[in-house]
Amino acid sequence: MAEEHTSGRQSVEPDAAEEMAPGKPGNAISWIFQPFGARAIRINGDLGAMAIFFFRALVLVFHPKQFSAIVQQIYFIGARSAQIVMLVGFFTGMVLGLQLYHVLVKFGSVGVLGTAVALSLIREMGPVLTAIMITARAGSAMTAEIGIQRISEQIDALSTMRIDPVGYLISPRIAAAIISFPILTTFFDLIGILGGWVSGCLLLGVNSGAYFYRVISATEMSDITGGLVKSLVFGLLVVTICCFQGFFTHMRTDSFGARSVSLSTTSAVVISCVMILISDYVVTTFIL
Amino acid sequence: MEKQPIIEFKGVTKRFGERTILNNVDFKIFEGEVTTLIGLSGTGKSVTLKHIIGLLKPDAGQILYRGKPIDEMSKKEWNAYIGQISYMFQNNALFDSMTVFENVALPLRQTTHLDKKTIKDRVLAAIEQTELSEVFDKYPSELSGGMQKRAALARALVTDPSLVLFDEPTTGQDPIRKNAILGMVAEYQNRFGFTALLISHEIPDVYFISNRILALYGKEIVFQGSPDEFEEFEHPFREEILTSLESLQEDITGLYSKRHFKVRYQTDLSKRHPDAMYAVAAFAVDDLDTIIEHMGHDAAQEIIRALGSYINKHFGAVGGFSSRQTINEYATVLPYSDLDEAERIMADFKKDFREHGLPELKALSEGEKVAEGYFEFDILAGLAQGKPQIEIESVMEFARFNQTPIARFQCERGGKA
Repeated sequence: MAEEHTSGRQSVEPDAAEEMAPGKPGNAISWIFQPFGARAIRINGDLGAMAIFFFRALVLVFHPKQFSAIVQQIYFIGARSAQIVMLVGFFTGMVLGLQLYHVLVKFGSVGVLGTAVALSLIREMGPVLTAIMITARAGSAMTAEIGIQRISEQIDALSTMRIDPVGYLISPRIAAAIISFPILTTFFDLIGILGGWVSGCLLLGVNSGAYFYRVISATEMSDITGGLVKSLVFGLLVVTICCFQGFFTHMRTDSFGARSVSLSTTSAVVISCVMILISDYVVTTFIL
Repeated sequence: MEKQPIIEFKGVTKRFGERTILNNVDFKIFEGEVTTLIGLSGTGKSVTLKHIIGLLKPDAGQILYRGKPIDEMSKKEWNAYIGQISYMFQNNALFDSMTVFENVALPLRQTTHLDKKTIKDRVLAAIEQTELSEVFDKYPSELSGGMQKRAALARALVTDPSLVLFDEPTTGQDPIRKNAILGMVAEYQNRFGFTALLISHEIPDVYFISNRILALYGKEIVFQGSPDEFEEFEHPFREEILTSLESLQEDITGLYSKRHFKVRYQTDLSKRHPDAMYAVAAFAVDDLDTIIEHMGHDAAQEIIRALGSYINKHFGAVGGFSSRQTINEYATVLPYSDLDEAERIMADFKKDFREHGLPELKALSEGEKVAEGYFEFDILAGLAQGKPQIEIESVMEFARFNQTPIARFQCERGGKA
C-alpha cells in the first residue's frame, strides 16, 4: 500500500515540478511564503498539542491521590516565590509613588497619588510583574526539572509503572498555579501600595490619611476581580507553557540531551513572558 | 504441542523517519523462562523492549500477549496487561529527588489502594531482599552504580510482576558486579517465578541464567533457541559479536568460553590414540544461596571468580584448560593425564588451595559485610577419566558425581569474614 501511494505521488510530481520551475512567478511567491506557511502550521500544531496537554492535566487535577503533590507545588510555586514577589512589589510601589508624585505635583493633584498607585498596581502591574517573577523563579525550574526527567527516562519509567506522567507531574502544578498566582498577586498589590506610601508619604510628604483614603475609595471590586482574573490566566499560561516545554524537550529537532533542556528552559521563559503581555491586552479588552 | 508464548512478536517493523530499526521481527517469549536478547549496539534491542511495554508502537506487525494483540486491547485489558510488567531501564531511571524508599514505594503509592503500613512493609521487604537496608533513606546520587541497579530492581519487583524486562542491567558495571547482577536476576527469577526478558552483552556469562537466547542482527531476529543450540549457531553474527566478546573474556580471565572449551577439547583429543586416557576435574562452590544470604551477591561472585582464577593458574601450569560451566561450577580437562596422575595433581591443588587459596578468598571477603552468626561452605572437586571418543559431557557428569569437599570456608560472628 505504501509503495503504491508513493508511486502515485511520484507520477504527479513532474507536473508540479514544471509549475514550480525557476522563472515562473509562482515559484518566487512560494519561495517567499513557504517558510512562513511551514512555521504557521508548526505553531498551529504546537498550540493544539498544548491545549490538549492543558485540558488533560486540568482533568487529572481531580485524581484522588493529588492532594499532597498539590500542597508541595503550592509550597514551591507559591510560598518560596513570596519573598521575591514582595520585594519586587515593594520597590515597584516605591517607584510608582516617586514617579507619579512628580507628575501629579505639576497639576496640583498629589492628593490622588493613592488612587494612581493602587489602580496601576491592582489592574496592571501587580498581575503582570508577579507572573513574570514567578516565570523567572519557578517556571524555569519546572521546565528544567521536567526536561531532565524526560531525558533521563524518568517520565518513561512512570508510564511503565502505570502512572500517568501528565497527572503525576503536570496536574499538581496546574492546581498550584490556580491557587498561588492570585494570592501572590494580592501580596504584590498590598506591598506595592505600602511601597507607594513609603515613597509618597514618608519621603515626599504627601498626607498619609489622604493617600489611604484615596486607595480605599477609588478601588472597586471590579478592579480587584479583574486583576485576579488576569493573574489566574497568566498562571495557567505560564505553567502550561513551562511544563509543555519540559515535557516535550525530547521532541526538539534543534538539539538533544542537556542542550535541549537548556534551550527548552530559555524558550519557556521567553514564550511565557511574551504570552503574559499579549494575554494582558486581550484580557483587559474583555474586562474594560 | 508447543506451549503458548506469553509474548509473541509477529512481523514487527519499526521505522524512525526513513531509518528502519526492526524489520519483520518474529520471536516468542515463554512463561517462567529467562530469555536474553543479544545483539550489537544500536540494533534496536531497547526499541524491541519498549514495544512490549507500549512506549513505542510498531509501524507494521503485531505484538501478542497470551495470543491477544496488545493494540486491540480495551483500556481495562491494557491496564491489566501493563500492571503485570515491570521495566528496568538501562540507566535505572530512578527519581533523583526521591530517596531509595520513596522510589521503591512510588508504584505502590500511585497505583494501588494499599494502606501505608502494607506499603511500608512491602517496600522494606523489597529493599531488604536487594540488600539496600542500610541506604534506604539515601538519594540515588549518593549510591554506587551497583546499588542504583539494585534499587531499580527493587522498584521493578515490588509490584510482584509476572514479566520483567531488563534493559542491559549490567551496563557500566565491573566484571564482579556484572556477574552479581546476573546472579541476582537468576535468583529472583527462581524465587518469584516471573518471566524475564533481558538485554545483555555479557556473553557467555548470560548463558548460565538463560533458558532461551534471541539474536537480533541486521534488523531481524536471526536466532531463537536454547543457549546450547546457540553454541552451534553458524552465522556472520557469531563472527562479529561472539568471537570478539569471548576472546576478550579469555584475555581477561584466562578461562575458556564454553564454546572454545569444547573446540579445544575436540582439537586436542582428536589427535590422541582412541584408547588414550584423559582426565576431567569438576569444581563447584557448594551452597551458593548460603553465601549470598550471608555475604551478598558481590562477595559470592568475588569468591567464584577467585576460585576460577586459582584453578586456571594451577591446572594451566600442568597442561590443563578450564572453563566456567554454570554460575558456580568450573571444569578442567587434563588432556595428557590419566586418573592416577590427575589424582596426584588434584592432591597438590588441594594442599596448595588450603594453604594459599583459602586465605586469599578470606582476604577478598574482608571488606564485605557479613550477616550475624556462623556459616560455612565447601569447595567441591571430583575427577573422572575418559577416552577421546566419549562425549565430554558424560565424563564431566561422572566427575560431578565423584565430587567431595576439598576445602571448607568458615565464617564466624557478624561484621567481618
